[in-house]
Amino acid sequence: MLKEILRIVKPTMGIYESSEDRTYGLLAEFSDPGALLAAAGKVREAGYKHFDTHSPFPIHGMDRAMGLGNSLVGYITFGGGVAGLLLATWLQWWTSAVDYPINISGKPFFAFEPAIPIMFELTVLFSALAAVGGMLALNGLPRPYNPLFYSREFSRVTDDAFFLHIAASDEQFDLQGTEAFLRGIHAVQVEVIADKGYSDLHQNPE
Amino acid sequence: MKSANNTASVSVHTEDPPLVTGNLGFHEITQLVSYHTEKRPPAMWYMVLAVSSTLLVMLLAMIGYLFWNGIGVWGNNNPVGWGWPIVNFVFWVGIGHAGTLISAILFLFRQKWRTAINRSAEAMTLFAVICALLFPTIHVGRVWVIYWTLPLPNQMEMWPQFKSPLLWDVFAVSVYFTVSLIFWYVGLIPDLGTLRDRARTTLRRRIMAFFALGWTGANRHWRNYEKAYLLLAALATPLVLSVHSVVSFDFAVSIVPGWHTTIFPPYFVAGAIFSGFAMVMTLLIVARKVYGIRNIITMDHLEKMAIIILVTGTMVGFAYITEFFMAWYSQVEYEQYAFLNRSTGPYAWAYWTMMSCNLLFPQFFWIKRLRRSIPFLFVTSIIVNIGMWFERFVITVTSLHRDFLPSSWDYFNPTIVDVLTLVGSFGLFLTLFLLFLRFLPMVAMAEVKMVLPEADPHYYENHTTPEE
Repeated sequence: MLKEILRIVKPTMGIYESSEDRTYGLLAEFSDPGALLAAAGKVREAGYKHFDTHSPFPIHGMDRAMGLGNSLVGYITFGGGVAGLLLATWLQWWTSAVDYPINISGKPFFAFEPAIPIMFELTVLFSALAAVGGMLALNGLPRPYNPLFYSREFSRVTDDAFFLHIAASDEQFDLQGTEAFLRGIHAVQVEVIADKGYSDLHQNPE
Repeated sequence: MKSANNTASVSVHTEDPPLVTGNLGFHEITQLVSYHTEKRPPAMWYMVLAVSSTLLVMLLAMIGYLFWNGIGVWGNNNPVGWGWPIVNFVFWVGIGHAGTLISAILFLFRQKWRTAINRSAEAMTLFAVICALLFPTIHVGRVWVIYWTLPLPNQMEMWPQFKSPLLWDVFAVSVYFTVSLIFWYVGLIPDLGTLRDRARTTLRRRIMAFFALGWTGANRHWRNYEKAYLLLAALATPLVLSVHSVVSFDFAVSIVPGWHTTIFPPYFVAGAIFSGFAMVMTLLIVARKVYGIRNIITMDHLEKMAIIILVTGTMVGFAYITEFFMAWYSQVEYEQYAFLNRSTGPYAWAYWTMMSCNLLFPQFFWIKRLRRSIPFLFVTSIIVNIGMWFERFVITVTSLHRDFLPSSWDYFNPTIVDVLTLVGSFGLFLTLFLLFLRFLPMVAMAEVKMVLPEADPHYYENHTTPEE
């Protein structure tokens, strides 16, 4: 059951299984954001599902080109905010009106007016933590190991390079066919990414 | 989603002057910003760090002296129970407003020029809030039980007093610090990835890789990332306005004449933005020169900040005058006396320092030539912060030093420990800021790249025609 859920969820985070011969996928470089956007649309039209674009900054229109829906971060944040609001209300009511009521200048033990600042603060705090926690969870981060890091070219992705990666786990993936397809949609260069992590760890004990 | 994309691509093609000058490309921006975290820092950096860390050690010595002897080492006396520590607290927390304002509010208003200055302004915010949190902590006297301000179960079976503005303040400032910290860190993740990929040594690569969390710039990640960043901005916007409002409740909810006014929350927030922008300007004028990034933090950025200083300074000045009007109009004798005493009493020198620094000097920014003069901007930004420190001094001390009964009137004099603690807090602030400049990219590279015209995918349709 859990395995089944993970199998569905992991590709949405950009985490793909390598094939049996330890091929992770094909990494194609494109010349600029415009070319990458056009290529992403064509890859999607060709029916690929396990693919992602990598760029130094978000490219406008890429979500639509890749056919991604709305991000779920908003719902998670809302949940965090509601939790914070309820916690703040309960905390102030229970500590000052139930657990240890103290009469201060004849004020009511609990009233909403003086409770509002802390209700607000905890709502914001919990929403913010949920936004960041939800973002990291949906992205599958932190992810210390990623076979893409084996590519020398890929280190320019945080500088000025634009890549498109088609994972070997995609149903349509075929090493020669997909490579020819990527070259056909104007990839500057195409590279096979091997998932060498396991062999690095177990066969080269330096 | 569709309309958001359209507006984004339209605004790229407007006739505004370019945000980044000197025709920099993506790689040049990476190089220009990352380079400073990778090379040996300039000799100037070591010299300033030597001074600031000396001041930091002095601050620690003063705090140790205070803990050993108790708060009698300060000038606080019987009517003036809130002396310099609270003045310094409000001063620092005010400075800590510009960063989140620039990152959050200007982000929501799609002010793209913010990308050049938001990283360093956010860092400055964090360090200012650290300085701010220090003062009320050491002011409580028995600092070893500071955790009583938190709702933690304890052997006394007692809870904090949730009806007190002082407790709201504990929550407001610590939530502000936490949210500013995660906002800053989330913005840093892609740039830490850049530093990781550029690292030459294994140790540096591992440290950067640890904090970059395995960032690969994947669009599936950018999608959630941008949404989270937008939501954080939307959350930080009311937060930044609430922090100084809650700080002002510390004063306004009391019944002390001169404090008990409804104008305080907006007036404090305007003052906080005013002083925060002045501090950002002081630091950035120096940093852009030393680090040679005048093409990224351009004269236009400084001019825009000068306009914000002019606007908020005028709002603050208007509030000063409104306070006087309200004191007269209220017909409350004590209120009228408090304000007359402020402007003509024993602290008139402080009051008129405040008035001239905050109301008069920023008015020179109506003149475009002065808004674009670096020496003038630098001097004015320092004058503004002197004025804002005096504003908090005037509010705190002049309202307290003459109580309702003349028998409890007194004059407040700071001691040498007061003075050295304030000077030392600048050492803490500057040391943290210098370490930030040394080890982290001071400009948000990914965000600056995003506002370049080349970042728009439709830019290529007109400029280069890919063969189809």
